[in-house]
Amino acid sequence: MRRLLPAAAVVAALALAVSACGGGTTAPPATTVSDPSKVSGEITWWDTTRPDSEGPTFQALIKAFEAKYPQVKVKYVNVPSDQAQGQFQTAAQAGAGAPDVIRSEVAWTSQFASLGYLQPLDGTRAVDDEAGFLPGPLSSTKYNGKTYAVPQVTDTLALLYNKRLLKQAGHEAAPKTIAELKQTALDVQAKTGAEGLALNVDSYFLLPFIYGEGGDLLDVANKKIVVNSPANVRAIQTVADLISSGAAPKPATTESYANAMTALKEGKAAMIYNGPWSLSEIYQGKEFKDRKNLGIAPVPAGSVKAGAPTGGWNLAIYAGSKNIPAAYEFVRFMTTAEAQAKIAKEISLLPTRTSAYADPDVQGNSDVVVFKPIMDTAVPRPWIPEGGQLFQPLLEGYQALVGGKSAPADVLKKVDEQYRGIMKDWG
Amino acid sequence: MAVSTGRVAAAGEGARGRHDRPGRLRRALSAHWYAWAMIAPVVVVMAVLIGWPLARGVYLSLTDATEANIGRTIGVNVIPATYEFVGLDNYLRILTSGLFWDKLAWTVVWTVVCVGLHYGIGLGLAVMLNRRLRFRSVYRVLLILPWAVPAFVAAFVWRYLYNSDYGVINGLLKAAGLPAVGWLDDPTTAKIAVIAVNVWIGVPFMMVAMLGGLQSIPAELYEAAEVDGANAWQRFRAITLPGLRQVSSTVILLGTIWTFNMFPIIFLVTRGGPGSETEILVTYAFREAFTGVRNYAGSAAWGVIILLMLVVLAIGYRRTLRSQGDPW
Repeated sequence: MRRLLPAAAVVAALALAVSACGGGTTAPPATTVSDPSKVSGEITWWDTTRPDSEGPTFQALIKAFEAKYPQVKVKYVNVPSDQAQGQFQTAAQAGAGAPDVIRSEVAWTSQFASLGYLQPLDGTRAVDDEAGFLPGPLSSTKYNGKTYAVPQVTDTLALLYNKRLLKQAGHEAAPKTIAELKQTALDVQAKTGAEGLALNVDSYFLLPFIYGEGGDLLDVANKKIVVNSPANVRAIQTVADLISSGAAPKPATTESYANAMTALKEGKAAMIYNGPWSLSEIYQGKEFKDRKNLGIAPVPAGSVKAGAPTGGWNLAIYAGSKNIPAAYEFVRFMTTAEAQAKIAKEISLLPTRTSAYADPDVQGNSDVVVFKPIMDTAVPRPWIPEGGQLFQPLLEGYQALVGGKSAPADVLKKVDEQYRGIMKDWG
Repeated sequence: MAVSTGRVAAAGEGARGRHDRPGRLRRALSAHWYAWAMIAPVVVVMAVLIGWPLARGVYLSLTDATEANIGRTIGVNVIPATYEFVGLDNYLRILTSGLFWDKLAWTVVWTVVCVGLHYGIGLGLAVMLNRRLRFRSVYRVLLILPWAVPAFVAAFVWRYLYNSDYGVINGLLKAAGLPAVGWLDDPTTAKIAVIAVNVWIGVPFMMVAMLGGLQSIPAELYEAAEVDGANAWQRFRAITLPGLRQVSSTVILLGTIWTFNMFPIIFLVTRGGPGSETEILVTYAFREAFTGVRNYAGSAAWGVIILLMLVVLAIGYRRTLRSQGDPW
């Protein structure tokens, strides 16, 4: 089989070189494209948003794109965000069924790029005014010095709370530190009977506690695994203490996200950590029929700082796409300040372009206005191909901690061991 | 089919004279060419559908192939194949890891408990339903129902029932004044939970198979035993169990293999969690193959090990049965 592979590669390369689209992929710089509005053909886009609350906005944008480029047809496919990564890898590796454009999570982008699935975008029509993007999200599109995606939306975690319950417990303002968080939660429980803080047992939701103590998972500059650091042990102990003190009821480890969301929506819990993507769902809950009852605040600070992870989504182009010129135009269109402003206005997803925040419609969206300063303190994660694999060991550790099976120090020791299996040549 | 035809031919030849070796194959071919011609298409299809993937899997398990180094050309990106033959390294790494033995121990417990309960409950229900009783066909339909529900639907329904805050089971417990249980959050209760789901799904098949077996036992045997004064338990032990023997041995072997590889229940109900406590060997192999940068070599090695264990089990099981006089 190995002997066959090079032969197959040669055939494929020849086929590409002969075909017209192969000529297009060798990417003459953007300036030489005669008239972008002349591109034609069909492209497929895998969207990962919630089809009911977020999808319609994106479909409206596609309509606008097709109106501007009448010869391009966009096929919209909604793939659940927890399945898109695996399905794209399968399709891209098989060379069949992969979309032309994928909405790639910030942590997936470098992995896809390292595996050779993504089209390099430097100097193409897809990237327009790169300097106008927020630096955090922009950093997630680079791999080995090349650009493989364009930031579409960004997000981070914040403390979302039920103002009515906090007020009943005697707290007008949101807690600013973990100590205040614990006290507020205990007061809520004592005075209102509702739970204080509903935790979501997920690696991503553990990061604010880790960053809060000044910890991190990896030290990328020195290629070192630092997950088992004293700072992280403190962070894990903080979480364990929130649970054992009763400030946060012992969370379920399966359906943890859904349970925390339900608890907040129904007024059974006063506070959760979550991002802007959850707002449209929260406003459907009975406690938040009056939207003003929802408070949004930066995540409480640990002993060092308040820091939540930078999340978000990029648009990337499959290298094997049959219609790369049209894909370039599509990505360019979907990441303009106007498109981002529309998304922010309608569904509160945060723009990645600084200029979009100046749009009057965006400034009229109170959620975006509240989230913007939180975004500014968000911590970008290491954008390395293995980044996506770091979550599973941490999740298993978090679950063991919550289940009371492991002491905080042991949790991180085990995570550390597993990281060493993933990051083989790291110290 | 192919094997038995070949074996008979060879035995016949051997009996006629061993000195006549060169002509043996040709004579076998000329005598049985039609049999070979008949099965040739099947052999070809089997080779393509089973033989080739199997051979490729075994080959991959001896390399260090992953998604990153298997080599491909996608558009402008050309990545050369850089994976290498590493011999038995993958197997050594798996067999010397504590993880494998942990997972194996739980997989064995899972299989034995599930099949034991499948068989016991299935047999009990079959015996009950084999009697003449009112609404028998209604019971039969109700009891066969779990089998008709697709496994993934059943898994999601159960997942909902088990939900610690909003699930039906905990709702009932709370209504009865008992504390709620985090069914899928604790290793022990999660294990009990997945076993319960699998038993619920697997019993109908056993029941139907047993019912078929029961109906093939001649009623005269029971009448004769009754005339001889045997009580119900004696009749069950002396007539029912031996009469079911052939069916039992087949369904137990099948059930063991199915349960050993019962992927959807574990994967969909607990996703292997909490931690990786309920992960059985196949779900672990899947995780190797389909998460992160896919480890083709490692998961192929897991697959080959699982296959070998089941082959050994099946051979050993059949041999034991045969030594006990089973014609199987």
